[in-house]
Amino acid sequence: MPEPAKIPVLRFEGVTVSFDGVPALLNVSFQAFEGESRAILGAAGSGKTVLLKAALGLVKPDSGRIYAFGQELTAMREKQLFAMRARIGMLFQESALFDSLTIAENVAYPLLNQKTVKCPKSEVQPRVAQALEFVELGGTLGRFPSELSGGMRRRAAIARAVVTAPPLILYDSPTAGLDPITAHTIMALLIKERDLAKTTTLMVTYRYQDGNLMANFRYNSELGRLELARHGGRQDTSTTFMVLQEGRLIFEGGQDLLEASQDPYISRFVKKRG
Amino acid sequence: MFDLLKGPVYAVQEFFFLQSAAFLNIFRSPHYSDDIALQMDAIGVGSLPITVMIGFFSGAVMALQMSRALANYGQVNQTGTIVSITLVRELGPVLTAVMVAGRNASGIASELGSMKVTEQIDAMRALGTDPVQKLVTPRLLATSFMLPLLTVIADFVGMIGGWLIAVLYLNLSSRQYWSTAWQALEWNDVAQGLTKPLVFAVVIALLGCFYGLRAEGGTQGVGRATTQAMVASTVMIFVLDLMITKVFVWGAG
Repeated sequence: MPEPAKIPVLRFEGVTVSFDGVPALLNVSFQAFEGESRAILGAAGSGKTVLLKAALGLVKPDSGRIYAFGQELTAMREKQLFAMRARIGMLFQESALFDSLTIAENVAYPLLNQKTVKCPKSEVQPRVAQALEFVELGGTLGRFPSELSGGMRRRAAIARAVVTAPPLILYDSPTAGLDPITAHTIMALLIKERDLAKTTTLMVTYRYQDGNLMANFRYNSELGRLELARHGGRQDTSTTFMVLQEGRLIFEGGQDLLEASQDPYISRFVKKRG
Repeated sequence: MFDLLKGPVYAVQEFFFLQSAAFLNIFRSPHYSDDIALQMDAIGVGSLPITVMIGFFSGAVMALQMSRALANYGQVNQTGTIVSITLVRELGPVLTAVMVAGRNASGIASELGSMKVTEQIDAMRALGTDPVQKLVTPRLLATSFMLPLLTVIADFVGMIGGWLIAVLYLNLSSRQYWSTAWQALEWNDVAQGLTKPLVFAVVIALLGCFYGLRAEGGTQGVGRATTQAMVASTVMIFVLDLMITKVFVWGAG
């Protein structure tokens, strides 16, 4: 358990966001500490994406406060937010790669455009190559997003999210619309990034198995693959599950508690382990 | 009643916010000069063939039509005057702007709309770039620079169209046509003929960006934004044309 004195990396305090009077998030409060993983489950339209966009300051809440790295996002102007966003990586649901740029240019984009990321020109190319190597897309530098498959685009987008080595990464439905094998590859990359770079990870998903992988597997850098972590996950991190229903946070806690829940909405998502 | 008005009032407010941000960004760094050059090429060079065609035929048809009216007064030799005044004051700026609105307001709206619905605009903000600075201001500057140039070209090609008709069908001499065409123009006409495309350019670029950035609801939303941008900018061109003309007519006393 994190010590009480520690400042949370991300904190929501009674956050409500609505569009045209319809609430997308309703009075959501939680905090995520350094090195922690959070899997946020919810059906389509439950407010998962809005939660991540609010955490980046892309969506302004109607009420409530959001803090990232101890600073209040909700009180910042767009210009100040840019500095904050440089410390937060985001994988968008449909990858959101820029169509008009090549994969290498896409991955280089945050290095060249984020003012607080001081990256000398000579280092851009090696860092881009390294990030693409990390997601095993080394040979695609000069290709355009439209020439890649859905899974490859998702991987390129992960490379773009991690290239600046942000301490907090948000993943919006990383496995949505992918076949089971590609989905597993993507999850393996997420866990690899979390375990190698020790990032705080927030992942929203509607697939319970993604959360299960995140909670119970770790990346073995010697073997280069995932392995089952014994005794309930890694020692220095913990995975917390959150469940959103129509904008409300109806569950927050560990996996055992989640699986024990009798709530009909929650049990729709949860497939109990053997 | 008030609820019905809320939507349009918010939209107008948003448009003015976008407009002021786009203009203020001209004086703020970073400046995306590559994007400005790319847009100049797309808007200016890309619209050149169609502008030349429209200019030529409207000049030619104007000469033919007006020669009939002028013949009633025995003034066919004044064809050059009529063609150059109507082209420089009205037809050149308005027709060119309408063509560019059809090509580029819709093009800008569909491009930005697609970026909006595929979260690329959000990604841009997440990755440290202001979309207004990166997307709107370069399009505003490129259109404002290129539309007056295209209009000048359309005016000139139109006069050539009128000249061909005058020489081939109306039995005027080249000298007669060009000297009347030249003498007819005053500074007031030229100022009017250049102010109009500048104002129209702002309308085309900003309405294209505005509707694109407001696009919602997938491909259907992009289609809607494209149509709205084109219709709104075309209507605004005619409305503003009347207002600018009134100012110049009043100014000329």
